[in-house]
Order: sequence, then structure tokens, then C-alpha cells
Amino acid sequence: METIVFVVGALVCLVGAAGVIGFRNPVHSALSLVGTLFGIAILFIALDAEFLAAVQIIVYAGAIVVMFLFVIMLLGVDQEDDIRLDPLKGQRTAAIVAGVLLFAGLAAIVVLGAVTGEHAANAEVQPLVPNVEQLARSLFTDYLFAFEITSVLLVIAVVGAVSLARHRKEAFIDELPHDELPPVVAPDVELEAVSSDEVAS
Amino acid sequence: MLAAAVNTEAYLLLGALLFTMGAVGLLVRRNALVMFMCVELMLNAVNLTFVALSRQLDDLGGQIAVFFVLVVAAAEVVVGLGIIVSIFRRRQGATADDLSVLKG
Repeated sequence: METIVFVVGALVCLVGAAGVIGFRNPVHSALSLVGTLFGIAILFIALDAEFLAAVQIIVYAGAIVVMFLFVIMLLGVDQEDDIRLDPLKGQRTAAIVAGVLLFAGLAAIVVLGAVTGEHAANAEVQPLVPNVEQLARSLFTDYLFAFEITSVLLVIAVVGAVSLARHRKEAFIDELPHDELPPVVAPDVELEAVSSDEVAS
Repeated sequence: MLAAAVNTEAYLLLGALLFTMGAVGLLVRRNALVMFMCVELMLNAVNLTFVALSRQLDDLGGQIAVFFVLVVAAAEVVVGLGIIVSIFRRRQGATADDLSVLKG
């Protein structure tokens, strides 16, 4: 039974991953990313991690992919890019060779080695207690400090996102003349000497 | 715990394959958003490995680690998409090749 679940989940994952790499339209890539995340959730259930499967669907497929799609739609970058174009000569071949080597290395570790390691000393999985209860007990006792630090990380991310998304008039990168943009400052004016109202005028 | 029908090596191999696909995609694709999706692919491959070893060793620590990886991934996507939006505000290009301001 688990073999069937594993094969189905693995196929969904791999097809989705191939879609993420292969589709030319970013929207299609995002949608096939949902397929991969769904396949991972199936495998989580097969591995007795029910809570993580639910969180996977809610957080990843629900929030993160929606945020990706939101940014794609907001910026209007859903135009297709030409995959065949290879601006850096030989980069694609090198990437594929590196990928093959990486997979060969990882697979060699798995196949030639054996899964070793100590069984859990204090966080052992109890088959009769529900998964959510065990995770909650472990998270709020042994890993409480990490859990609290996580909230600091989220606050930092929110502050960073807000300060990045805010429209700043005198951002340094905006003052650099660029070939697509009309130069904002005269070329002989030093960057330090430009005040913000000069840039605005 | 019952003996597993599918052994852990199969999950580990699948995780390795997904990780490799994510890495190759990150190197090959030039659209910044798709590169981000490939990073998510790699994170998910690692999550799968964590959960598979968690079952193998009867240790809940692997699932806790996945929980924290999820949080870090969410924070990373927020900041990364913020950076992408602020880049896009200035120029039209979506690809990594357009971002060559630091080139000497």
C-alpha cells in the first residue's frame, strides 16, 4: 500500500519539479510548483507526519505560491522567456554536468552507505499519541527557545519587506545612470553633492 | 512502530533527485522569480529527507526541524520578493542578466 502512495507521490513531485524548470511562462512554473508541494505533502502523510502535511498545503501551496503569483501578476512579468537563449556560453552544459555530478554524489552516499544514527533519546515518536500533540509537546518544551527566536525572525522579515517595498525618493541605485533610463543626474555631478530636491526637479 | 513498506533509501534518493533538479534549475533559469521557485524546490527536498530520517530513527526532531525550515522559507520568500519588487520598479528586465550594475 505504501509503495503505491510513494510511487504516486514521487511521480507528482518529479513531474512538478520538471515543470518548474521547463515551463517558459513563470505562471506555469508557479502552478507546477504547487504540484511538487502537493506531492511532498502526500509523502509526508505516508511518513506519518500529518501535521506537517497540513502545514505544507496551507503555508506553501496556500501562502507562498499565492505570493509568487501575486508578484508575477503585480509586475506583469508573465511574458515568456526564451529558454533556448544561452547568454553565458557553456553555462547550461556546465550546470547540467554539475547537476549530474551532484546527484551521483548524493546517490552514492545513499546507496553505498547505510542509514545509521542513534535512536531518539528524549523526543521519541510514540505510535499511540497523535502527531500534533507530540509535536506541540516537543516544540513548547525542548525547542521553546528556537520557537521564540522564530518570532523575532518573522518580525525582522516583515520590517525588511516593508522597508524594501516603501517608495524612497533618494535611493542610491536610482541615481546611477543606466542605459534603459534617462540619466537622473548630470554625469559630472558627484553623487554626494546631489540633494534630494535636485533629483526631484 | 510498524516496519516500513518503503525503505528510507527510496525517500532519500527522491530527495536527492528533487534537490538536484532544484539546483540545476537555479543555475539554468534566468528569471529571478523562477530561480526563487527552484530554491523552494531544494528546501522541500531537504524537508523530505528530514521527515524520512525522522521516521527511520523514531525521532521527532526531524519534524521539528522541518517546521523551522518552513518558517525560514516563508521569511526568505517575503524578503526576496520585496527585493524583486523594488528591482522591478526601476527596470523592466526580469532576468538575472539585467542586474549587472556591479559589473566592473
